[in-house]
Amino acid sequence: MTSEQVMDILRERYTEDVTDSGVSHGQSWVVVNRDRISAICNFLKESSDIRMDYLIDITAVDWHPRNPRFEVVYHLHSMSNGCRLRIKVPLEEEQAVPSVSWIWRTANWHEREVFDMFGIRFDMHPDLRRILMPDEWEGHPLRKDYPLEGPDWKFKPW
Amino acid sequence: MAIQTKEITVNMGPQHPSTHGVLRLILKLDGERILSCEPQIGYLHRGVEKLCESKTWQQVVPITDRLDYLSCGCNNHAYAIAVEKLMDIQVPERADYLRVIVSELTRISSHLLWLATHALDIGAMTVCLYCLREREVILDYFEMLCGARLTVSYINIGGVRNDATKEFIEKTREFIEAFPKRIEEYNTLIMNNPIWLGRTKGIGVIPYAEAIDWGLTGGSLRGSGVNYDVRKAVPYSVYDRIDFDVPLGEAGDVYDRYTIRIEEMRQAGRIILQCIKELPDGPISIDLPNVTLPPKDRVTEDIQCMLQHFVLVSKGFEVPKGEVYVGSEAPKGELGFYIVSDGGQKPLRIKMRAPSFVNLQCLPRMCEGSMIADIVACIGSIDIVLGEVDR
Repeated sequence: MTSEQVMDILRERYTEDVTDSGVSHGQSWVVVNRDRISAICNFLKESSDIRMDYLIDITAVDWHPRNPRFEVVYHLHSMSNGCRLRIKVPLEEEQAVPSVSWIWRTANWHEREVFDMFGIRFDMHPDLRRILMPDEWEGHPLRKDYPLEGPDWKFKPW
Repeated sequence: MAIQTKEITVNMGPQHPSTHGVLRLILKLDGERILSCEPQIGYLHRGVEKLCESKTWQQVVPITDRLDYLSCGCNNHAYAIAVEKLMDIQVPERADYLRVIVSELTRISSHLLWLATHALDIGAMTVCLYCLREREVILDYFEMLCGARLTVSYINIGGVRNDATKEFIEKTREFIEAFPKRIEEYNTLIMNNPIWLGRTKGIGVIPYAEAIDWGLTGGSLRGSGVNYDVRKAVPYSVYDRIDFDVPLGEAGDVYDRYTIRIEEMRQAGRIILQCIKELPDGPISIDLPNVTLPPKDRVTEDIQCMLQHFVLVSKGFEVPKGEVYVGSEAPKGELGFYIVSDGGQKPLRIKMRAPSFVNLQCLPRMCEGSMIADIVACIGSIDIVLGEVDR
């Protein structure tokens, strides 16, 4: 089964939830609604002919000042078919995404990293803590409005 | 009457020689048995992904060297093919072959250092000295090729930085032809050593389905018998024209992960020999004046070249709007670059999918319930580099 066929199945089965899809640079992508992401992921993994059993990566992109501001990006791979799919979930600033860590165990740390770096919350995540930054850190570094220098930083001519 | 023991909490790292960097593990122990293990990472977090957002596309190449600092050639390669895919450019054949030669040499040197430290952790010190001897030779060849030993930045967007000399090619061929004998030497030291077998067989077992579920990559995934190698699954550069095998394990224990990496070194040698045999003549960099630097000797003579050089170094070039994910097989596993461009001279977002990060997540599953000494064998067997975990 190819990625295009997987996209067709998704568009047919989740007509209202798949808002956009396409192929760019030979890579297939779909945009899905936030609240259905874990259902769609579970379908992609469990469906016997698609079997996207390998979660490569979860990450996010900050499109500040565009609205919706964030995009959570999932990369899936199927060990048996060899096809790949990118799933994107647009997200407004205070919104949370359902966690997929109950589908793939590897999602746990990926989601913690996204939370740490972007401040995006994942509902039903078993252990949503910071992972790379110290626990008491303020702010989320990969946001585009994160200050690049401290408040009392002054340029000193040498 | 059963003897009651008190549960104790031990802090292992971040300055511990067997954690391969600044990894900190919080261990709960019942006697010598591990009840729970919690990795704490982030001690080496340098904000690499944030840093990339304020650099031009070409300036990111040396930053990728600092991810997994033992396999810089592969990191450069992964980044370069991702940006080239986004720009829709095809590098010349000679550059592609040179890239594969450097990547595979990097793989051998990375595996050699892995074997050296892994064996040292388990108590086989002699192997360490043997491996470092060969690794030193590879680093010397890198120096011959591009002037740097570790952070090579040899592969950049559009091709490679400088051409390989005949001397480099000949010496590499001689080294690789003699290399299988060296691997035999390592094997005679540890392969049949009862202490080595006792410390590695049946330790840290991850079954097939669980390995996929945990998202393991590289040797750790193939140790569990999953046939997934990015060079075969989604071929890049010239890997689709090259004949090589993907070794697979069965038991998914520390010993299988060790034998697989040993075999991978042999296969890397095979790949290099084929590349040297097929290496075509021709340019080493794509002829696109708005992407690649002009030849250095012309910069001082030709005003056009000087301007081109100046613009490229100070302003960089633009990459068309779009997004792309490209994975490549680094020595530790699938190193992926997810790149988003808004059409500007700087990336909007670069996400590095680091193989060590995902492999480390599985460590508690490997060592919980086993003896405290086994944790050192498990850390060694997943082959992590903290520069890549923390980014």
